[in-house]
Amino acid sequence: MNFDKELDARGLNCPLPILRAKKSLAELQSGQVLRIIATDPGSVKDFAAFAKQTGNELLASAEKDKEFEFFMKRK
Amino acid sequence: MGAIPEIANIDELVNRRLEELLPQKIEEALRQREESKTPSMAIIATRGTLDWAYPPFILGSTAAALGWDVSIFFTFYGLNLLKKDVSDLKVSPLGNPGMPMKMPFGPDWFKGINWNIPNIIQAGVPGFENVATMLMQQTIKNNGVATIEELRGLALEADVKFIACQMTVDLFGFSHDDFIGGLDFAGAATFLPVAQKADVSLFM
Repeated sequence: MNFDKELDARGLNCPLPILRAKKSLAELQSGQVLRIIATDPGSVKDFAAFAKQTGNELLASAEKDKEFEFFMKRK
Repeated sequence: MGAIPEIANIDELVNRRLEELLPQKIEEALRQREESKTPSMAIIATRGTLDWAYPPFILGSTAAALGWDVSIFFTFYGLNLLKKDVSDLKVSPLGNPGMPMKMPFGPDWFKGINWNIPNIIQAGVPGFENVATMLMQQTIKNNGVATIEELRGLALEADVKFIACQMTVDLFGFSHDDFIGGLDFAGAATFLPVAQKADVSLFM
């Protein structure tokens, strides 16, 4: 999937991946896509909830080799 | 007199129609208000130890990231969390049977041991609290958990409002210079109206 910016949140624990993602999204234009890679297993539910609450769309969420990948489109 | 029954008739029809329409309209108006409203949270932080420093800053900064308005009222020992230097916050396992005492280094089997140290030893060995605090700080680092200073900075950056209890400042003999900038020094009368309007109100 295409993306405009990438956030490496590997090794970070709650709530840092969300806080960093919020900051990165703020640097994007509406409609642009942020790719996030995280290792915190709690981030799967947290990013879904974050998307629902803030209106930024979670385009995809996947797990591979104990890493979690998210694509989020800025509102 | 034919007019009176007619008016009664109209009234009845209007009433019946209103009863059909109103619940739907009210529900829609409420839903619209709910959607357009910015959620808000008010926290009272009363503890001044390393472990208890986390909940107000984690919840506060996360709520701000979700777009909420957040105010935290720091009172009594909670004021310690607003000092310029928070590197001296401590944690005590003494009398806290819920706190695991595990070593943040060594092979996995060693890290897995929960050291059950009797209270009398914890209380009697000088510097025990300092050692426990160092171990906790190392565990925090190993797990990629943010430092208090970092979380506090992120909360401030996200416009979380910090209110410091002026009464406690006087009571404990602190001065405004002991604290970071960007604080409101005020009292209960300032915080309560904020809490009254908050959707989420927490005491920590």
